[in-house]
Amino acid sequence: MLDDFLVRAALAGLGVALAAAPLGCFIVWRRMAYFGDATAHAAVLGVALSLVLETPIFAGVLVVSLTMATLVSSLTGRGYAMDTLLGVMAHSSLAVGLVAVSFLDGIRIDLMAYLFGDILAVGKTDLAVIWGGAALVIALVTYRWSGLLLATLNPDLAHASGISPKREQLILTLALAVVVAVAIKVVGVLLIAAMLITPAATARPFCRTPESMAILAAIIGSSASLIGLKSAYEFDTPTGPTIVCTVALMFLFSSIFWRLNHHSRKKSSD
Amino acid sequence: MLIQTHNLFVHLGQRLVLESINMGVEKGEVVTIIGPNGSGKSTLLRALIGAVKPTSGQVMRSPGVAIGYVPQRLHVDETLPMSVRRFMSLPHRPPRAELNAAMAAAGVSGLEQRQVMSLSGGQFQRVLLARALLEKPDLLLLDEATQGLDHRGSAGFYHQIEAVRQELGCAVIMVSHELHVVMRRSDRVICLNGHICCQGLPEVVSASPEYQSLFALDHEEEAVYLHRNHHSFSHNEELH
Repeated sequence: MLDDFLVRAALAGLGVALAAAPLGCFIVWRRMAYFGDATAHAAVLGVALSLVLETPIFAGVLVVSLTMATLVSSLTGRGYAMDTLLGVMAHSSLAVGLVAVSFLDGIRIDLMAYLFGDILAVGKTDLAVIWGGAALVIALVTYRWSGLLLATLNPDLAHASGISPKREQLILTLALAVVVAVAIKVVGVLLIAAMLITPAATARPFCRTPESMAILAAIIGSSASLIGLKSAYEFDTPTGPTIVCTVALMFLFSSIFWRLNHHSRKKSSD
Repeated sequence: MLIQTHNLFVHLGQRLVLESINMGVEKGEVVTIIGPNGSGKSTLLRALIGAVKPTSGQVMRSPGVAIGYVPQRLHVDETLPMSVRRFMSLPHRPPRAELNAAMAAAGVSGLEQRQVMSLSGGQFQRVLLARALLEKPDLLLLDEATQGLDHRGSAGFYHQIEAVRQELGCAVIMVSHELHVVMRRSDRVICLNGHICCQGLPEVVSASPEYQSLFALDHEEEAVYLHRNHHSFSHNEELH
């Protein structure tokens, strides 16, 4: 069954969607969207480094993403606003990565594959890495769920309950780096943030608890992966972007629903 | 002493916010911390719960003291769906009977299914109080818990605190802007402005020159202030 490239592609998409959904919820709740974007952009530098050092891409990306995220967290509040710092570092590391890759002659590198993903080329080893990473992220987020939620609500409340907001932030950072590292093959660095944020944002209007939002986001992300894959196959379009288009369309419907719902609720309370 | 600080210094960034703070709270005592904006009131409370690390000095808790903390107005992001029941169950899910008892003690029974961002300011503060009560606190810390409430709302909230205290017998440390509340309900007042200017019985503190100069209340104003006791106090904010 795994010999069929479409089956492998579908499984890869599912793995990324399942890991990205609960993490994406935290990114939405904590307003860290730009942070996710920056970590993903830095991954190009990781790709370049792995190629130079001949290490697995996954490892290089993981290390650079982690470094990037930690650097940004620790530099914040020292003179620059978070978004300025992220903007500078994300795009600088993207640029440095692109320049570094151009020095690598001898190997022909399909840069597009890293920028936009190449889900149809996912091999069995890639699949193992993706599902291993996804399992790790899901386990981490599930295990720390309550602490993460409380730290997201209010750091002081977390302190008072004996939970360190710093540690929870570190766990999210780690999980984010893992998701970036496993998603790079599926949707590419430029579109990872979309897979994190859009399913969570799409799920929001239909949920009354954080748990239901995470689960619904996972369902939305997974179905978007499968529908996107199928559509890309039918219409012969690039797969990663098609998946993102699918989830964007879902978001559109969801926000129209929210608007209408809000509107009618306001009317009824008048 | 339930909790005690010893020569506490706290810096936030480069700025010295608290210097040589020596204070403590006895079992069952109600202590109010007053002071102008930026005098370090919230920082002191945050140091007591361990949310800010002192530069030097110590915070000592007697072993096994349970602390309930009610923060200054909590903003919950619109993107985070959260029912009151779920919020109360963070980080640990309490038995249903305990949850109901805490909600009743804080005067918010029946709100369990509501979304937290749909609550009014007063309701949310009481939900925060209820959540703090789940810890079965020996000491309740309230950080300007009535900020943003109107006069009736804040009076109601302080009534609730009084009721809770009588039921649980817990000590209370509260930070307040509202001098009238302070004078009536506290066993002891700490007047803070980076350092402790003065502390003691409410009558003693309000008569002290440090207090008078800090709040720029001359007797004439005070008379007006007492006279208007049943009206709004919003104008007093400008005096600080």
